[in-house]
Amino acid sequence: MNINIILSGVGGQGILSIAAVIGKAALKENLYMKQAEVHGMSQRGGDVQSNLRLSDKPISSDLIPLGQADLIISLEPMESLRYLPYLKKEGYVVTNSEPFNNIKNYPEEATLKAAYEKVPNKVVLDVTKVAKEVATARAANIVLLGASVPFLGLTYEKIAEGIREIFSRKGEAVVNSNLAALKSGYELAKKA
Amino acid sequence: MGKQLLLGDEAIAQAALDAGISGIYAYPGTPSTEIMEYIQGSVIAKERDIHRKWSANEKTAMEAALGMSYSGRRVICSMKHVGLNVAADCFMNAAMSGINGGMVIVSADDPSMHSSQNEQDNRKFGDFAMIPMLEPSNQQEAYDMVYGAFDLSERLGYPVLLRVTTRMAHSRAGVEIKPIQKEHELKCPENGRQRFILLPALARQRYKALIEAQENMLAESEKSSYNAYFDGPDKTLGIVTTGIAFNYLSENYPNGFEHPVVKVTQYPVPQRLIERLVENCDEILVLEEGYPVVEEKLRGLLNNGKPIHGRMDGTLARDGELTPDAVSCALGKEVVTYYTKPEVVEQRPPALCQGCGHRDVYAALNEVLKDYEGARVFGDIGCYTLGALPPFRAIDSCIDMGASITMAKGASDGGVFPAVSVIGDSTFTHSGMTGLLDCVNEQTNMTVIISDNETTAMTGGQDSAGTGKIEAIVRGLGVDPEHIKVIIPMRKNYAEMEALLRAEIDYKGVSVIIPRRECMQTLAKKKKAKK
Repeated sequence: MNINIILSGVGGQGILSIAAVIGKAALKENLYMKQAEVHGMSQRGGDVQSNLRLSDKPISSDLIPLGQADLIISLEPMESLRYLPYLKKEGYVVTNSEPFNNIKNYPEEATLKAAYEKVPNKVVLDVTKVAKEVATARAANIVLLGASVPFLGLTYEKIAEGIREIFSRKGEAVVNSNLAALKSGYELAKKA
Repeated sequence: MGKQLLLGDEAIAQAALDAGISGIYAYPGTPSTEIMEYIQGSVIAKERDIHRKWSANEKTAMEAALGMSYSGRRVICSMKHVGLNVAADCFMNAAMSGINGGMVIVSADDPSMHSSQNEQDNRKFGDFAMIPMLEPSNQQEAYDMVYGAFDLSERLGYPVLLRVTTRMAHSRAGVEIKPIQKEHELKCPENGRQRFILLPALARQRYKALIEAQENMLAESEKSSYNAYFDGPDKTLGIVTTGIAFNYLSENYPNGFEHPVVKVTQYPVPQRLIERLVENCDEILVLEEGYPVVEEKLRGLLNNGKPIHGRMDGTLARDGELTPDAVSCALGKEVVTYYTKPEVVEQRPPALCQGCGHRDVYAALNEVLKDYEGARVFGDIGCYTLGALPPFRAIDSCIDMGASITMAKGASDGGVFPAVSVIGDSTFTHSGMTGLLDCVNEQTNMTVIISDNETTAMTGGQDSAGTGKIEAIVRGLGVDPEHIKVIIPMRKNYAEMEALLRAEIDYKGVSVIIPRRECMQTLAKKKKAKK
């Protein structure tokens, strides 16, 4: 087992909590894991990414080599495309469809859509909308995580356990809301 | 005890706690900040009441750390690479005095400048001070090395420099923890005055001792299990890796190395391993994260031995961090990609938060300076450096911590008017105060804006040493109280802010304007914590 994941988004969107949940689940499976992230300046509304690697054998590099990512999980559509050179030929892109437009020259919706239509394996979801329907807007990142579960190489149940552990100190209501978000994302991805 | 998922920084912090430190001294700076933050959040640190408050700057931190070492206790001192420039005076001389309790200095370097103004490689500083260095290749090694580094420091009698880079500091992996040791008792050095008073006559003795100690330091490196030789079948090339470069090399050889490899993670560079490699191989490739430190040593000035490849002959780029792909290319392997980045992907630079007080400061300042041709604004290091980018484009310089005030002074001395300095509260107490005294003593015609958000924001909202004391400090330095003005930076106060800025720019002398409003991020964090 060997899975390379790139998580991307805009500073403050919550890609690191997705990484934390997957990390918990991987540790429960006794997998090796490395997760590289960048802190500091870029977190202020800039593009952010994290490299997450899971394996049943020891992992060497903290960074994923070009052309080696199995999965790009992105909370922002333009950001999902930034890391395409890292994607394997048969790799998947799972992305939020709703733009985070904080720059002047953000691409037109149609141009952006045409660009990600060219990626053969993808799941594109308006996760904020889904999150609002089943939980709260804040759980949008967990909807996206749910949509990524089929490609993670980890069972749904292990990811759900990860959610319970990460959010348990925030109370039962928060745990349940995030579990609902996870489930809805998972169901939608299976249909897609 | 099982594995814990730790950032490299956290592994370093946990190891220091487990090695029985009595204190950590640090100033926040990416990518080193999480070392202190982890200890501040640690239960055991609280139980033992380990010193864990932020210092005003890296120099005060290192001096305090040396003082704690003097008292016989173990201590760690952490900073980002450029922080070591600030602490360099103490750093160089702590190598002269040596230590009492074990002392580990962490330098978190930032090649590729993810969040820094240069990419200096502080292994050069370790060489400069002639002290032993450690450069772990992974999080477990970082833990194990720091756990043992206090013993190493005490065995040799010198501080140990631990050098990590961004990808080590900010990457998480499972780490196995060792048993926690007792703290050291208070025990000042018996021959303390001979060592810690660096008067010339004594310092000459100390320097001789430091030179003599080099042999012991090398002996430690030679026998260290962290430095290792791996054989490989193809001897046309021998490879030297330092620090995390070893991982990128291993990534390229999942089924075992094709060439002999020497892995260097403890310095001085282990001479015997390198000799063995050079004897056995035709050519040498050096892979290092940062400057070509080892490569330069191997080449020497004459470069008349076997061919040495690396950053100096263009096999690898001279600048920037290493990546597995850069190492693949250096090994002559093909890097295959399947997709390209579409042209629609635009750059997304960081920006000041919506609602941030610095925005209001720059908006008002830009408006006022429209009327002053020749105005120059000297910026400083912090979130407000982002005022350099659109839409503000409001600053003309950003060099080092505190330089806004002293550069504005020099520019004013050179005839620039208006010379304006923009500095944050934490940067002001870090390195701005002494420069302001120079300005006061000469009644320099300049305007200093201390944009006070009551925190160290860029690194994530750490305590700022001057919170609640800025006016008192400025008064104490001798700025005329008539020209110390405090205002709340908000849109509704623009007219007042602009009038104030105009009046103080026109005043021929030192004015200090303090726009004060709490950082949006720390405010939100506090509100969340209250819930």
